[in-house]
Amino acid sequence: MSRMSIKREWVHGWLLLLPAMVFLFAFTHIPAVTTLINSFFSTPRGRRSAEFIGLENYQEMLTDDVFWKVLWNNLWYAIGTIPLSIALAIAMALWVNDKLAGRSFVRMAYFTPTVLPLIAVANIWMFFYTPSFGLFDQITGFLFGWPASNYLGNPETALNAIIVVTVWKEAGFFMIFYLAALQAIPVSLKEAAQIEGAGRWTVFWRITFPLLMPTTLFVGVNAVINSFRLVDHIFILTDGGPDNASALLLFYIYEVAFRFWETAYAATLTVALLVLLSLLAIGQFFFFDRKVHYK
Amino acid sequence: MTDNSLSRSGKPIVLENVSRVWGDTTAVDSLSIEIEAGSFTALLGPSGCGKSTTLRMIAGLEQVSAGRILIGGADVTQKPSSQRDLSMVFQSYALFPHLSVAENIVFGLKVRRVGRAERDERLFKVASLLGLDQLLDRKPGQLSGGQQQRVALGRAIIGEKPICLMDEPLSNLDAKLRHEMRVEIRALQQQLGFTMVYVTHDQVEAITMADQVVLLNQGRLEQAAGPRQLYERPATPFAARFIGTPPMNLFPSAAFNGLTSSCDYHLGVRPEAMRLDANGPISATVRAVEYLGADVLADCVAANTSFQVRLPTSETVLPGVEVRLGFEPAALHVFDRATGHRRDDVVKEIGAELRS
Repeated sequence: MSRMSIKREWVHGWLLLLPAMVFLFAFTHIPAVTTLINSFFSTPRGRRSAEFIGLENYQEMLTDDVFWKVLWNNLWYAIGTIPLSIALAIAMALWVNDKLAGRSFVRMAYFTPTVLPLIAVANIWMFFYTPSFGLFDQITGFLFGWPASNYLGNPETALNAIIVVTVWKEAGFFMIFYLAALQAIPVSLKEAAQIEGAGRWTVFWRITFPLLMPTTLFVGVNAVINSFRLVDHIFILTDGGPDNASALLLFYIYEVAFRFWETAYAATLTVALLVLLSLLAIGQFFFFDRKVHYK
Repeated sequence: MTDNSLSRSGKPIVLENVSRVWGDTTAVDSLSIEIEAGSFTALLGPSGCGKSTTLRMIAGLEQVSAGRILIGGADVTQKPSSQRDLSMVFQSYALFPHLSVAENIVFGLKVRRVGRAERDERLFKVASLLGLDQLLDRKPGQLSGGQQQRVALGRAIIGEKPICLMDEPLSNLDAKLRHEMRVEIRALQQQLGFTMVYVTHDQVEAITMADQVVLLNQGRLEQAAGPRQLYERPATPFAARFIGTPPMNLFPSAAFNGLTSSCDYHLGVRPEAMRLDANGPISATVRAVEYLGADVLADCVAANTSFQVRLPTSETVLPGVEVRLGFEPAALHVFDRATGHRRDDVVKEIGAELRS
């Protein structure tokens, strides 16, 4: 083959890669690198351009009470949403994997929250949570005679109210993965376990659950990322309040960047978020890898 | 073989008019079988004859639509499989892919909370009995088909259950291994003394291994008998053609010279029972000849009926040649055309007519 045609192939290859690369660089790599660079500079204001200030932004972050508060909130939010939505997803998948009347209807019903935009979901739940008129107050008032309560307006309950919405939204999505995984497990394994004397509970814990581990790992990584990534509903439901009781890290970054225009400090917070997410993902893979059985 | 303290005694199984119906399809139709304690029974039949469904009903994995199943004299029709005190080997082996060989074998013992010391002791015995000692730490995915088969066997026998069910356990193995496992499974069953119910579509497996062969066709019982009886005295034309390779030849009475009266019967003669005989009752034309080494298989036609004859290689027959064929009178099987039943009462009469 001549040198000319090798070069042509090389050009063709890069041309084919170009469209994807342009978008990947424009929206992922360049912003990420720019963010890292910006975090070492001051925020440019008016005529004063950005100056290199080293680690000053990071020092500010470590002494920022709101940062620690939203980080702590985010931790609780993750602990509250991830295990609960995974457990619910498995329970729902087991339920709709069984032979039951109207199975496809139930499957669809479970999946509906996933199809709805998070903003729409938040508006629906806004109505549920409305003091005295809302669905919850009507039910608790009718059944137990409880007084009206402001779940979203109370610092004690605001974050939990948001956790409930998130679980409702995510469990149906994760259910689809578990349902697919359940259908890939041969029925004969369950039958073999039954013949060996295992009850439903034992079959689940000794056979089904271990065989679902690859799915649990995948869903777990997604759930962790989502717990840092999905903040749309907070804008509708609480706007981070009261007193940052329901603000999460990404929500705080948005506020700092686009409400207070502290772009350099927002870049610093973003780097912190990225580092945190990478550590979590790597940690999960290392932790689970020994426990997951792949076929 | 090593020390044999895994022995146990089998339990009898009785099926009384058992049926399994899905909507319009009847998979098993009022089936009654008696399986003796400690015997080896093969459920034999073509695909879709209901043999696997029958086995799964005995196992409790399939609901019984009508009838009763008794194990050791007790009615277990409504009991779940875990309470039927039996073990099963699946066609796909159904080994738990995430557990090691050892964990797979002792799974049932762990579920039943057998103590660790006893578990290890029994595992050691089963592993040495099946030659799995070196493989206990492996996962099923790292084993060959034959080794997986042994693990499935180990899981079935470690519980020392009185009954073992097997659903076409050898169908995924190559011919040589299949022969070895056949001998091994039969030896294991006789050594341990449990009742074996074995589903197969391979008549050779059924004939060589079983004490009793239950032949099914379209969900109905064709014949339940010992292998010798099944070959020598098949109860129906189906049984006659299903057992034996090549299958038994069935003739209308017109194919026989000098036979006029018995057109209500199918007359059966096995290919290996026929020979060249200048005075024989059948005049046939040879269509094709297959050389098999030990003998020769000739495809013949007589009165528009094609059939096969197994001849010694010393006889030279060529395609297109007219031959006369005969057989011993005892080799004749007579089946009623209307009912499909065997008619031993008219054999003598027809035999006499053929000789005259």
